[in-house]
Amino acid sequence: MPSLCQTEADVTPRVFSVNAPLRRLSFGLSDAAVFLGALALLALVARIGSGAFVAFVPPKTLPAVNLDPWNLPYYAGRSTLRMFVALAASFVFTFAYGYAAARSRYAERVLIPLLDILQSVPVLGFLSITVTGFIALFPGSLLGLEAASIFAIFTAQAWNMTFSFYQSLRTLPNDLSEATSAYGLSHWERFVKLEAPAGMIGLIWNAMMSFGGGWFFLAASESISVLNTSYTLPGIGSYVAAAVTARDMPALGWAVVTMAVVIFTIDQLFWRPLVAWSDRFRLEQSASANAPQSWVYDLVRNSRVRQAIGLVWTPVGDAIGTGMKSLTRVRPRSKARASSPIVDTAYNVVLIVIVVALLVIGIRFILTSVGIGEVGKVALLGFYTLLRVIVLLAFATVIWTPIGVAIGFSPKLARIAQPIALFLASFPANFIFPFATLAFISYHIPINVGSVLLMALGSQWYILFNSIAGAQSIPTDLREMVADCDLKGWQRWKRLIIPGIFSSWVTGGITASGGAWNASIVSEVVSWGSTTLVASGLGSYIASATGKGDWPRITLGVGVMSLYVVFLNRVLWRRLYALAERKYRL
Amino acid sequence: MNDLIVAEDIFKSFPQPEGKGEFSVLEDVGVRVDEGEVVALLGRSGSGKSTLLRILAGLIPPSSGTVTSSGKALDGPNSDVTMVFQSFALLPWLTVIENVELGLEARGVARTERTKRALKAIDLVGLDGFESAYPKELSGGMKQRVGFARALVVEPKVLFLDEPFSALDVLTAENLRGEIDDLWNAGHFPAKSILIVTHNIEEAVFLSDRVLVLGSNPGRVRGEVRIDLPRPHNRNDAAFKRLTEYLYTVMTNPDMKVESDRSMPAPVDVAATTTSSPFARPLPHVRVGTISGLVELLVDMGEEQEVTRLAERLSLPIDDFISILEAARLLGFTDVKEGDVNVTEIGRDFATTTILRSKDLFRRQILERVPLVAAIAKTLSEKESKSMPADFFLDLLDEHYPPAEVKRQFDTAVEWGRYAELFEYDAVEGELYLPEAAPEHELTDAR
Repeated sequence: MPSLCQTEADVTPRVFSVNAPLRRLSFGLSDAAVFLGALALLALVARIGSGAFVAFVPPKTLPAVNLDPWNLPYYAGRSTLRMFVALAASFVFTFAYGYAAARSRYAERVLIPLLDILQSVPVLGFLSITVTGFIALFPGSLLGLEAASIFAIFTAQAWNMTFSFYQSLRTLPNDLSEATSAYGLSHWERFVKLEAPAGMIGLIWNAMMSFGGGWFFLAASESISVLNTSYTLPGIGSYVAAAVTARDMPALGWAVVTMAVVIFTIDQLFWRPLVAWSDRFRLEQSASANAPQSWVYDLVRNSRVRQAIGLVWTPVGDAIGTGMKSLTRVRPRSKARASSPIVDTAYNVVLIVIVVALLVIGIRFILTSVGIGEVGKVALLGFYTLLRVIVLLAFATVIWTPIGVAIGFSPKLARIAQPIALFLASFPANFIFPFATLAFISYHIPINVGSVLLMALGSQWYILFNSIAGAQSIPTDLREMVADCDLKGWQRWKRLIIPGIFSSWVTGGITASGGAWNASIVSEVVSWGSTTLVASGLGSYIASATGKGDWPRITLGVGVMSLYVVFLNRVLWRRLYALAERKYRL
Repeated sequence: MNDLIVAEDIFKSFPQPEGKGEFSVLEDVGVRVDEGEVVALLGRSGSGKSTLLRILAGLIPPSSGTVTSSGKALDGPNSDVTMVFQSFALLPWLTVIENVELGLEARGVARTERTKRALKAIDLVGLDGFESAYPKELSGGMKQRVGFARALVVEPKVLFLDEPFSALDVLTAENLRGEIDDLWNAGHFPAKSILIVTHNIEEAVFLSDRVLVLGSNPGRVRGEVRIDLPRPHNRNDAAFKRLTEYLYTVMTNPDMKVESDRSMPAPVDVAATTTSSPFARPLPHVRVGTISGLVELLVDMGEEQEVTRLAERLSLPIDDFISILEAARLLGFTDVKEGDVNVTEIGRDFATTTILRSKDLFRRQILERVPLVAAIAKTLSEKESKSMPADFFLDLLDEHYPPAEVKRQFDTAVEWGRYAELFEYDAVEGELYLPEAAPEHELTDAR
């Protein structure tokens, strides 16, 4: 068996660099580190996870949250476990859904528009339905609530990842695809050797970005009011909610600190190694100049433990492979069903009929339960929220774009600032809400205005991010040329910077506006202690309807919000995107 | 000799975008690969040779016709065949040995057995020691060796090569080509036959026993040339040179009939065969400056030049070189006969006279010999406004070429017409129009 680490050729440079200090550790120490680390992790998961199987019989046995800061690590652990379960579920969903949509033309016609809509629907609005649904599914155990919370997080992560995987399946390099067909690979082998690796980098980046969004949903879903009952899961989000009710400032402070530590730890122990590992799936033919580094990845990679596990796994993997290969052979072309125009049109007709039927049922339901006047009122409330989103975008652009461009133009600043911006985007903004609420109450700032700030806290970072990325993508020779021509100030912005970062800005704008709509549900109704501030807008409408369990109003509110988002997407954002592609592509 | 692969009456067309019907890429193509031979498919870019190769490999189905491999009709990827790709097609996240084992693993060979065979194949192509390297760490030549190892380890009946050396630099390509030739000549080649697709004439004559010459627009087999030379084929051999020159002649004269006995009938005069629409005769994509450069160079070098010598001198990519020759021949400035390039009287005149007069000559030649440009000028002159939207001509070209080619044909025709001062083009408005005053240059007799 040829050696796995060394090559005999001295001419070829080592591509994957290793941290020099780690090399000095003898085999024993790095192995011990990995072994003990893995053991500790397993023990931790077992201890924390067992809490999820506690009995739960509302309203008698309800989980409560203790505000003692020493409970925070345990609560943080519970929340983190939820996040990772949701991540695992997202991966499974992504592979299944994305693969189905890319392989089958019929499935694609349903799945992709559905995904589009799902991305636009505010998930927090559906929390009431999902909570009651899951509780019914797991009677007598806390698992129902856990499942509902995990589902909320899952929806934050899954759609982005699925889109990314679907896109990578559709843009597989032609020659690689032909090679796998020509060499007779079965569907399983093709998936494992070509399709999954090709999509891995995009998948991991999207997972990393949406993981941050997941924290926000977690915080909002751990403590919710449905049908006039308040449900609380042990976790850091519900800890914050309890602290707000009890007006416990120090507890809040501790929660924020814990959250920061958790995010940092997960980044170091999980995301950085994963990103470093995924670098091998780069499709370019030569190594990247700045391969991402991770000390954890290097530690694991060099340990004997990993190699030992590899040796044990190999025969198992081979057996699985052989089994899957025979199950997924490529069928002869003559047996593949040819597409006939009749089936096509029949399928389309059935789809249209189903969609129209659903729409009719939905509209009838709403009109008979709440009446058309309510619809008008809701539309108006939606308009108020829309105004807030616009103001938010305008301010974020004016403030953060110049900063982002300045950072993007300077590699030194970028190296420091990007991780910070990443951190800020991952940090769940709703942890900061109580501080802001207190400020609003003390300084008598009307919540109608203040909610804009709250919505911005979570979503403005995407504008910053994308401005940085956009500025970095402007080729240096263009910048030098502009400096040469002595273009300064507004001229420089008008001619070089704005066209250059336009498409990145549009990407950031879409994400920010989507995040803002979702955030409105928790930003337009905020409380501190027994004081509750309610803004007039669609978010507060949905939030109060959820609390009362008013199904027609929940559906109406969520439906109208979805309509606004989808409408804006098609009319504004898609057009801007097309403009960016056509005119401002570098 | 056993027939390994037989393809008969192959037609292939692709649907055009925007429902403009179908575009025919291959028409009535028949190919045969016997055991123990190397066959070359020689054609220009756009002759459908890559499509034909993929049909024979079973990667795409023909629109009509059959492909039989080892007596059975193809119904999916051809398992008797493995392919080496122009762009190497190595999976970047697998090591060299894992890439080489790809085909074996798919066929269900056990792990120890396939490692053994893969190591042997890697040794065969000279990459011993690089088994655990990743493709990122390898040079182009080494990557293609991995491609060869992957294809040969399976021991296919026929080895397909899709322009395997085009993506390599000249020296590496030469090196690798020589090694493959040596391997074949040694007699224990892991495959029974080879089918190579190429646009490089020397390569085809060097490697193969039989060259199938493919025509373009639409793709079809023009004929076959047997390479009856003792192996290994010696480039300095007079017979080798004759074969190469014959193939150059054939490639630059698209209307010439390909004879297997290498007799060389006079090239068919273009002007005489205008039975088809003027919009159906493709223009080679060459700028006027390049054409006049070539003619001037030939005048300087002396009258007759061997095609191969000229190719070496210019060291242009083969496709470009053949295009330039064809353009000069089309305009009547040069002549390719019996492997030599001659400058005609008009060509000599064109190259040596004043700019204004050369434009006049150019205009005269175009109107006489290039139907497409002449047709455009005629249409414009027949209109009262003396102008026409470009879309009109684009639509006419659409019937004969795929969308990308339509634009290129139009651009070339416009460039030639503008140089000849036959018409002018407003790109913003999308309009072609006759110039205000007809140019009045005296055609003095300068002979």
